[in-house]
Amino acid sequence: MSETSLTVVWVTLKLASVVTIILFLVATPLAWWLSQTQSRYKPVISALFAVPLVLPPTVMGFYLLLLLGPNGPIGQLSDILGLGILPFSFTGIAIACAVHSFPFVIQPLQNAFESIGKRPLEVAATLGASPLDCFWNVVIPLARPGFITAMVMGFCHAIGEFGVVLMIGGNIPGKTRVLSVQIYNHVEAMEYAQAHWLAGSMVIFSFLALLIVYLVNQKAAKRSMA
Amino acid sequence: MITLLSAAGLAQAGEVKVAVASNFYKPMLQLAKEFEQATGNRVMLSAGSTGTLYAQIKNGAPFEVFLAADQRRPKALENEKLAVNGSHFTYAQGQLAFWSKNGGYKTQQDFIDAISQVAHIAIANPKNAPYGAATIDTIKKLDMYEKAQPKIVEGHNIGQTYQYISSENVSCGFVALSQVYQKGKITEGSAWLVPSNLHRALKQDAVLLNQGESNDVAKSLLEFLQSEPAKRTIRSFGYKI
Repeated sequence: MSETSLTVVWVTLKLASVVTIILFLVATPLAWWLSQTQSRYKPVISALFAVPLVLPPTVMGFYLLLLLGPNGPIGQLSDILGLGILPFSFTGIAIACAVHSFPFVIQPLQNAFESIGKRPLEVAATLGASPLDCFWNVVIPLARPGFITAMVMGFCHAIGEFGVVLMIGGNIPGKTRVLSVQIYNHVEAMEYAQAHWLAGSMVIFSFLALLIVYLVNQKAAKRSMA
Repeated sequence: MITLLSAAGLAQAGEVKVAVASNFYKPMLQLAKEFEQATGNRVMLSAGSTGTLYAQIKNGAPFEVFLAADQRRPKALENEKLAVNGSHFTYAQGQLAFWSKNGGYKTQQDFIDAISQVAHIAIANPKNAPYGAATIDTIKKLDMYEKAQPKIVEGHNIGQTYQYISSENVSCGFVALSQVYQKGKITEGSAWLVPSNLHRALKQDAVLLNQGESNDVAKSLLEFLQSEPAKRTIRSFGYKI
């Protein structure tokens, strides 16, 4: 693999890792709240969180470019905070990617939390566990398949991110040039051999990642049957 | 209306499927309208980047005429026996422009000064977009590549490069004059028109694809593009021909 390809793979993996970590920190409490709440606003919030799932990446990218740009509200905020303008930076594409991959992480988590039900928590509470104890020692172990699904989906979605990064990235080597964009560049430049190498690896990687998800889920299903 | 309808009725109303490079989409819409009014035939336009359209044509896309943003792709299609040999011709020559939404970017010196003042300079992807390659030629010719390189952000095509600047995410950059030019004037902000001796020629070639070989409408459209009225329209959009 050439040095440019290696840089691209490195940026892509870094992006996917950063996005997955951000999403876990943000989505876990929100998913927990959604799974427990009786609020009548729940459908509204659930719908809002699912919007990135159905929007075309070009719409997301276009609005993010306007929102994060110097005339957009977020751009003005980031400028005041001394972060500068976010498009064309690694931070910028990480935020954009996190927004776009959000539903892929929050939904499996919420499903996992909801399927635990109230009973295990009530039992833990009567045994004197604090809410935080409950969460760490009851919820997280029981929701493990959900966490693994969420992690793989979030990571892979970020790896495969194309439209949004293409719109706000600026194709800067070592910063915002990721795998999917590089494949597009190769195809555009008639470099089909290089495109095949990267694209083929992506197909294999995606299949293996999804295989992990299904294996984990199957094991969990068997365990709950037993 | 009546005369239009009867004119359409008299001509053998056929249609032609055209793949057009994004930078020429707007002029082509106008040209298609003129052609349709003159002949009664219908022009079906599909816009995309030259590289994408080329890949689609190679894989069986049903286009009959290809208006590329470069000379390489039409020639390649002829060599690959996917286009009619010898049918390619230059329909337009692009003009590179260093453009900003702000005033005061009018000369070569303004560009050189801008390099040290601005955070980013937007250009089109030099590997895939002819305007991007011409931009790099220009910057290198002016011996400014070392200084400019860390500030470069790339749009994947000239349309996106324009979007970066028009949304003011980037304060200035290199676009096609046709994007910021209407009725003989820069539409907004200011621009330095890059002299063509600073970069490779931005010649855009058209070619008759194999699927269009038996379609008379395709041939008459290509003839129309080389006519004086069509050239006038092309010039009014900021191209040379």
